[in-house]
Amino acid sequence: MQIRVNERSWTVNSTPDTPLLYVLMNELQLQGPRFGCGLAQCGSCSVLVNGVETRSCVTAVSKVEGKSITTLEGLPAWYASQKKLAKAPALHPVQQAMIDEQAVQCGYCFNGMIIKSSELLSKTPRPTEAQIRTAMNGHLCRCGTYPRIMKAIQRASVAMAGGAA
Amino acid sequence: MIRREFLKTGGALIVGFSLGDKLAAQERGTKAGPPDARQVDTWLAIHADNTATVYIGFAELGQGASTALLQIAAEELDLDMSQIKTVRLDTNVTPNQGGTYSSASINRGGPQVRTAAAEARLALLKLASARLNTPQDQLTVSKGIVSGSGRSVTYGELVGDKPFNVTFTGNAPVKPTTAYKIVGTKFPRNDTPAKVSAQYTYMQYVRVPGMLHGRVVRPRGQRMYGAGAKIVSVDEASIRTIPGARVVRKGDFLGVVAENEWNAIRAAQQLKVVWETPPALPGNAGLFNHMRAAKTEDMVALERGNVTAGFTAAAHTVSQTCLGPYQAHAPFGPNCAVADVKADSALVMCSTQDVYGTRNSLSRLLGMPAEKIRVQYYEGSGTYGHSCYDDVAQAAVLLSQLAGKPVRLQFMRWDEHGWDNYGPGHLGEVRAAADANGKIIAYEYQGWQHGWINTETSAQLTGVPPSEWPGAGTGVQGVNRLTCGGMYEIPNLKLVNHKLPVTSYLKAGWLRSPLDLSFAFASEQAIDQLAYLTGTDPYEFRQRNMTDMRWLGVLNAAAQAAKWTPRKAAANFSRATVVTGRGIGVGTHLTSYGGAVAEIEVNKETGCVVAKHLYGAIDSGQVVNPGFVESQIMGQLVQTASRMFKEEVKFDQTGVTSLDWGSYPIMRFDECPEVTAVVVQRLDQRSTGAGEEVMAAAAAAIANAFFDATGVRMKEFPMTPSRVLAALGGGKAA
Repeated sequence: MQIRVNERSWTVNSTPDTPLLYVLMNELQLQGPRFGCGLAQCGSCSVLVNGVETRSCVTAVSKVEGKSITTLEGLPAWYASQKKLAKAPALHPVQQAMIDEQAVQCGYCFNGMIIKSSELLSKTPRPTEAQIRTAMNGHLCRCGTYPRIMKAIQRASVAMAGGAA
Repeated sequence: MIRREFLKTGGALIVGFSLGDKLAAQERGTKAGPPDARQVDTWLAIHADNTATVYIGFAELGQGASTALLQIAAEELDLDMSQIKTVRLDTNVTPNQGGTYSSASINRGGPQVRTAAAEARLALLKLASARLNTPQDQLTVSKGIVSGSGRSVTYGELVGDKPFNVTFTGNAPVKPTTAYKIVGTKFPRNDTPAKVSAQYTYMQYVRVPGMLHGRVVRPRGQRMYGAGAKIVSVDEASIRTIPGARVVRKGDFLGVVAENEWNAIRAAQQLKVVWETPPALPGNAGLFNHMRAAKTEDMVALERGNVTAGFTAAAHTVSQTCLGPYQAHAPFGPNCAVADVKADSALVMCSTQDVYGTRNSLSRLLGMPAEKIRVQYYEGSGTYGHSCYDDVAQAAVLLSQLAGKPVRLQFMRWDEHGWDNYGPGHLGEVRAAADANGKIIAYEYQGWQHGWINTETSAQLTGVPPSEWPGAGTGVQGVNRLTCGGMYEIPNLKLVNHKLPVTSYLKAGWLRSPLDLSFAFASEQAIDQLAYLTGTDPYEFRQRNMTDMRWLGVLNAAAQAAKWTPRKAAANFSRATVVTGRGIGVGTHLTSYGGAVAEIEVNKETGCVVAKHLYGAIDSGQVVNPGFVESQIMGQLVQTASRMFKEEVKFDQTGVTSLDWGSYPIMRFDECPEVTAVVVQRLDQRSTGAGEEVMAAAAAAIANAFFDATGVRMKEFPMTPSRVLAALGGGKAA
C-alpha cells in the first residue's frame, strides 16, 4: 500500500485495518503523532488529512490511501504551500507562537494542539476567543496549559496576517 | 591521586592528564552508579569548546526543572546559558539525588547543583590562577573566559574534556544573591523548541533493535488492592489468528507480545481470560460510610492548648464533614517502557521519577543485583505524582524476561486510568471556633484516609504480597499540619489521623499536592464560615488571625491581584438563575505558601459551576525562574478547577469503571478559567517547592466562592451538576 505523508510517497507493509497512527510511528518513525487514548477522545494522535484534522488512532490506514497526510513534521511545508510561500519556514507560526508564549509543559498534547490550531487558522484566520475554545475543545491537556495555548493561537493569528507577533 | 594533589596545589602543568584520565572520561556510562557525589566529575564536565555538561539527578517532568537547574549551575560558573547543557538521567551516568517528587527539584536539588558548580569553579580558578600567574582573587570570569593580568584563558582550555579529579573542598564560595544575573530571570525552557517540532524523543518513541511490542492483559479496571486479579483460565487459542502474537504469563501476571504493535494490541483485546470474582469493594456509594465505620489506627498528629476548653469558651462554632474522592493521575500519554532483560543484566528505559529507586524495585522483582540493571529516564507525558511509570517498567521487564527479547510496552488508556495509584479518598471532620472578637480560639481536624501502596500491580500479580508505603498516617499521608489550620494563630488545636488499611480499597499513591485539596476543602470552608458568622470579610478575617509574614504575603498577593474589596460573604444574593461568587483561601503542601482567589459562576438550574478567573500566589523562597513558577501556578489552578468540578474515580463493588476521558472527564478549553499567577520572589530565602503548593488554596477559594454565590456550603467534591443541584435543594433558586 502507498500513502502520501508530508508530500512524500511511502510504501507501507501494515495490514489495511491498522490504524494510521501505528504506521506513522512504527513504519515511518515519525515523532509527531502519538498514542494518547486510542479512542479519538484526546487528540494526541492528530494529523491533517487533506487539511482536515483527523484522529490517526482510529483511522485505518486503508482509508487514507490517495489522500495527503500532514504530520507535525510536515506542518511548516504545508503552511508554505497554503500561503504560497517560496520556501517553507523553519516552524509554522503556531509552533513559533507556542515557544514565544512558553506554553508547553510536558508537551505531549502539543502535537494535537498545534495540528488543530493550524487547521483552525487556515479556515478562520482571525478567530475570536470563543471560536478558539470551540475549535480546540476536543483536545485535552492534563498539565493545564490551555490559557497559554489560547494566547499562542491569537499571537500566531496576528503573525500570519503579517503583523508583529 | 597525583592529579588530584596537583589541582589542590594549583600547579601549572595543565597538560598533565594521564591516558587513564582520558579513558575515565570516555568511560562515563560503563559502570553502574551512583557515582561519588563528593567528586566534581560526578556533576560536571567542561568541554574543549568551552561548554559544560551538568549531570543532574532530577527528571524533567514538564516543569522546567532541567532548565532551572542549569540556570543555577551557569550562574555559579559564570557561563552563558547557551554554553551549558544536561543529559538524561541514567543510573550509569547521573548522580543519585533521590526522586523527583515533593516539588524537590529546586528545593533539594538546587543546593546540590549549586555546590557542585561552585566547587568546579573553584577548581577552575585554581588552574587559571597558575596559568595566568595571577592570584585567584584578582581573576574575573565571564562566559567561561577567565581573565587576569591582561590575559585570559577559557575553561575549555583549562580542562577541556578531561576529568577534574577533584574532591569537594567543602568550602567553595557561592555567589551572593545580589550578584545573580541568571538565577531569578525568566530564561526560556530548553526543551520547548524540540517539543513543538516533533524533534523530542518522548519515552513513547524509544525503540531498540529486535524488540517486540507487548501489552498487559488485566481486567478492565482494578479491583480491591491486595486481592489482585486471579486468573481462572486463559484460552491461548483465542489469539491464534493474529500473526506472531503469543501469550506470556507468570502467576497472574499476563501479557501478550508480537512483532507488530497493532497485533499486540489486538491480541490483548482478543485474548479470552476468565478472572475470579474479586472480593467486594464499597463502591462510590458506600465508600464514606465504610471509611467512617472502619476500624482505624488513630494517632494525634498535633495537639496544643486545650481544644475542649477552647470550644466551650467560644462565641461562634462551626462543624462540618467534608468528602473528597479518589482522583487519578491520568497522564495524557499512557506510561511506556522498553526493557531488555538478559540472563545476567538488564537495560530498562522508562519515565520513572526516581531511576535509582526503580532500579532497586526491579532488582527485587528480577532477583538480579541492582548493579546489573541500568535504568535510563526518558520523559513521558506529565505524571503529577506516582502514576503507572513503575508498574509499566516492571511489566516491561517481566514481558522481556518471559519472551526472551527486548520488549516495548505502552499501557492502553484503560490500563493507565484503571490501574492507577489514585490520590486516595478522604473524609474530614472539622470543627472551628472563634471568640466574640473574631479570633480563632479552637480548631480540630479528624481525617480518615489510607496510605499509599508499595507493591506495584505487576509485582503483585506475580505473587509478591501487597504492601504499604512506609509512613502511612503521618506526614504527607496523614492530616497536613500546614494546610489544616497551620497558617493561623490558634491557641487550642488538635489534628487526629484515622489510618485505614491500604488493602481494602483502591490502589493509592501520591497525586500532586497529596490529599491537600480535600484538607483545604474542609478546613478553609470552616474558617470561612467563622468569618461569615462573625460578620467579617473572609480576607480580613484571615489577616486578623495570621502573624506569619509569608502567609500574609501570599494572602495579600492573591487578594490584590483579584482587586478584592471587603464585604461579608454571600452578601450579594441574587434570585437570578446564573449567579456569581468569589472566594479566598490559603494552603500548601509540605513547604512554601499558597494563596488563591476564585471567581466562579453557578447556574442554579443546571447545577453547572464554572470558574471564570482564578488567581494564585506562591511564595517558594528564592525563585530561580519566575516564568516557570508562573507556568506551574497556571497549571495548578487549571488542574485544581478540573479536580474540584469534574474529577472522580468511579468504582462499583467489582472494581474501577473510570477507564478513559469519557468516564473520567477533565477540564477542557470550554470551561477553562482565566488565570493570574503571582510569584512572590524572596531571593534571600531558601528555594522551596513550587509545583503543587497553590492547589489547596485554590480548592478552598473555589469552595468558598460557591458559598458566596449561593449561601450553601458544599460538603463533597467534585462539585458536579447533580451534587450542586442536591446541595441547592433540587435546583430551586436560593
